[in-house]
Amino acid sequence: MIRLIDVYKEYDNGTKALKGVNLRIDDGEFVFLVGPSGSGKSTVIKLITAEIALTEGRLMVNGYNLNNITPRQVPYMRRTLGIIFQDFRLIEKKTVYENLSFAMRAVGASNREVRRRIPYVLKLVGLEQKADRYPGQLSGGEQQRVAIARALVNNPSMIIADEPTGNLDPQRSLEIMMLLERINELGTTVLVVTHEKNLVNRFDKRVVAIENGRIMSDGTGGYYNGEKI
Amino acid sequence: MARRFDAGYYLSEGVHSIFTHGFMSFAAVCMIVACLLIMGSFTLVAVNLDKNLGDLENENQLAVYIDESYTEEKALSLEEQISQVPNVTEITFESKKTALENWKAKYSDVDLMDNLPDDAFRDRFYVHMDNIELIAQTKQDLEAVSGVANVVAAVEIAEGFVMVRNIATGVALVLVGILLVVSLFIIANTIKLATFYRREEIAIMKMCGATDGFIRWPFVVEGLALGLAGSLVAFFLQWGIYQLVAKNIVQSNGLSLMTMISYVSMVDVILPVFCGVGVLIGVGGSLIAIRKFLQV
Repeated sequence: MIRLIDVYKEYDNGTKALKGVNLRIDDGEFVFLVGPSGSGKSTVIKLITAEIALTEGRLMVNGYNLNNITPRQVPYMRRTLGIIFQDFRLIEKKTVYENLSFAMRAVGASNREVRRRIPYVLKLVGLEQKADRYPGQLSGGEQQRVAIARALVNNPSMIIADEPTGNLDPQRSLEIMMLLERINELGTTVLVVTHEKNLVNRFDKRVVAIENGRIMSDGTGGYYNGEKI
Repeated sequence: MARRFDAGYYLSEGVHSIFTHGFMSFAAVCMIVACLLIMGSFTLVAVNLDKNLGDLENENQLAVYIDESYTEEKALSLEEQISQVPNVTEITFESKKTALENWKAKYSDVDLMDNLPDDAFRDRFYVHMDNIELIAQTKQDLEAVSGVANVVAAVEIAEGFVMVRNIATGVALVLVGILLVVSLFIIANTIKLATFYRREEIAIMKMCGATDGFIRWPFVVEGLALGLAGSLVAFFLQWGIYQLVAKNIVQSNGLSLMTMISYVSMVDVILPVFCGVGVLIGVGGSLIAIRKFLQV
């Protein structure tokens, strides 16, 4: 569960990125966080992943109070999250399997756990035949599937996808979004940050719109850009 | 799922990384070798200089002249008393007769000495000291011994040796210290460059929830291995260079008076020191280099 209460964020250069944001995402939800560039979407993600600290307000992430989290606790908090980026961020010198095992070993998984978990996750994202390929040998859509598999491999309670379809064509984008929807149906909370209106509008999900550092709308079954909410 | 310490993983990742980033590893080893060779060469020069100065110091002795009224037996009886004076390590007796013979042998071509009486010289002791810095005090203590007529000591020369030796040691220590810091800086930058290529990997690990310790260990292993490899290469190169220089010094006209310490006799010191310094700059450089990338 994520809870932002009256959260303000002002960067060192004086930019006020968030101005009193209140947001609650419960376990099992699928939420789109939408808004134009510079609206504060990325700041919300960076706050949730503890990349930056908030200026004012309260923030809870999966049972961790980020207001007084210690540096030692941050890695353990991050293990409850699976993060997907627009540019995939795969390690080019490692195969698909090695990219996933790298993520598992990073949290101390044993070889046995790695061997048991990776085939299951690769099957889930439809890449069980491409475990030995390198990222450069895969299409953009497939690379993003690997990134999703990597986010899932440590069994997080929440997936955060930051513009996951930004580098993909409409068809691949739809496939990725359907995959995330399936993952959500299996019980994982999903937060998708995007500004792709058409894509959001194809799914009947909760949409939180942020603009100029404030939540402008928040509704389930609504549409992006205030067309219905 | 989380385990506290996975030595096998750190070892395999660290060693694997050396080969996957081959060029940077090579550059780091070269830097360690260069730093160790510069430090090692300078230290070896300082050690040899120190030894040669030490030899010259040892040749610096005090002459303790015994009262003329003392017979040889009586003069010899002072030996125990003189040997108990602080800082005295070795004493040699020379009777007035032997002293005269030695004098005559040395200046055989000077006929002025031909008719000297047998008691023209005094009985004397030649005294060597433990610490040449205390020469003035030792001279004073010896003069206080009853029966000692005079003590001749080249106090200024001895103090000159002490000063040269202290300056040489001080300069060597300062230079080695500076070189060590410079080496650490160069290695840190070399490894930082290597780490820069891997910042993405580190960022991914951080985002997956890896602890700083987990990320750091493979780099420590890598730094350790590179440090050891560099140390061993530097050790053998230093050996070759030292042998070459020593051979040239021994064969040269101007420097042939210098005695060189054999490299083999110093192996038990050089090897551990090279390994220690290599590991220090390898691991230290790794830790300094990675620090910045851990702040995600």
